[in-house]
Amino acid sequence: MTRWQPTASLVALQARADLNRVIRHFFAQRGVLEVETPLLCAAAGTDPALEPLQALYATSPGAKAVCRFLQTSPEFAMKRLLAAGAGPIYQLCKAFRGGERGRRHNPEFTMLEWYRPGFSLTELMDEVEALLREALALPAAVAVARSSYAELFQRHLDIDPHRLPLADLRTLTLQRLFIAADALQTRADCLDLLYGHCIEQTLLEPVFIFDYPREQAALARVGLDAEGRMVARRFELVMRGMEIANGYDELCDAGEQAARFASDRRHRAARDLPDLQPDARLLASLEAGLPASAGVALGVDRLLMLRLGSQDIAEVLAFPFDVA
Amino acid sequence: MAVFSTNEFKAGLKVLLDNDPCSILENEYVKPGKGQAFNRVKLRNLLNGRVWERTFKSGDTLDGADVTESNMEYLYSDGEFWHFMKTDGSFEQIAADKNAVGDTINWLKEQEVYIVMVWNEAPISVTPPNFIELVVTQTDPGLRGDTATGGSKPATLSSGAIVKVPLFVEEGDILRVDTRSGEYVSRAKK
Repeated sequence: MTRWQPTASLVALQARADLNRVIRHFFAQRGVLEVETPLLCAAAGTDPALEPLQALYATSPGAKAVCRFLQTSPEFAMKRLLAAGAGPIYQLCKAFRGGERGRRHNPEFTMLEWYRPGFSLTELMDEVEALLREALALPAAVAVARSSYAELFQRHLDIDPHRLPLADLRTLTLQRLFIAADALQTRADCLDLLYGHCIEQTLLEPVFIFDYPREQAALARVGLDAEGRMVARRFELVMRGMEIANGYDELCDAGEQAARFASDRRHRAARDLPDLQPDARLLASLEAGLPASAGVALGVDRLLMLRLGSQDIAEVLAFPFDVA
Repeated sequence: MAVFSTNEFKAGLKVLLDNDPCSILENEYVKPGKGQAFNRVKLRNLLNGRVWERTFKSGDTLDGADVTESNMEYLYSDGEFWHFMKTDGSFEQIAADKNAVGDTINWLKEQEVYIVMVWNEAPISVTPPNFIELVVTQTDPGLRGDTATGGSKPATLSSGAIVKVPLFVEEGDILRVDTRSGEYVSRAKK
């Protein structure tokens, strides 16, 4: 029998419609403009941890097709709007990532992304918290904690994740989980695994984690923390052992952005991943001037999972990838 | 033998890990932070029954294990090996050693059908049916009139297993036993 029925219940479909209303109302009240940018992009993000899906476009049947990418996030296009002076903006859209399928991942998912020119990361965390409280109807008594990445590793593993040498990180990782030693090439590999195996599942109550290791900066600025360690100005919101949102103090420097594109491409080459061209339009917009901004992406499907107490993302998707 | 990538790991798939045949129990895709994706996999080692938890980089591969399961009737033991015969009409026989028979030794009965798992042509495990009927070969007489108190006593069955039984059970009774828990279920009709 061909399975045609949705995997989400009618209740889940209604909850999604309601959540979308809550989100749009939340931003309307705060004067944040809803925008739409293309899902089909000429250039994709170069992040070695994300694999963009390709789409072929031909001007007529049989004509030589050009390759476009389904966006992995609307970040580049939204930054171009910021550079053009759009002010605070948000977008509720689909994003696509190759190979990501699991209890908490679907290759096509719904993302809420917003940017706040002039906001500090703390102000943006406050706003994410306000949205979370509204979306989940969290009682005021439920605290949303804030902890630096270093404090978290100190508490759970008794190490300084920024300063512990790679050799010691490898030893600790191999003590804590069974994995082939050659999988642990970089500090980020070890830290991700330690976080994923020893910390993440313990974070049931909502918590913001901030000041990440600099090598996990992605598109965030870097700076010195109170103890003089170079950290990435990023945060993640984690709840029920699951990443819900990921925010940056956005990198505005075109030269630094170009350097990170180049570094991503070197990492891609080293791992035999397909090469990707840097987004020239993003770089041009940064050169023209991106206002200092904080931005965040939030997984709407996961927020819905929290709202409904779902264990599998399929429960909140009408048709997940396997039955799409 | 086929090679399987982490995204093909499904419950029940038989793979080779550290040269031992394993059955995949769970496979969870994990992608913490901004880094590489991993798969956290639970596997049962089919040789010793132990559950292993291993982490693989997404896209890593394992060789498939040539493991087959078939229904086989227990024939007899020669003291060193336990002999089984296929029930598919081929009458093919196979001899399982003590390691393969394992705890199932307590539930062996001639002409009963078992699931025999074979790896590289050698039997590695024997699984009994969930319920089996066996004769009581020894038990002390129950105290008459004490059946209502729900007391129990040990009884030795024809397979050698010792199970707790109600006091009214007598030698020669046929009992239905749950082989998973080793518990008495009921008295079967003689």
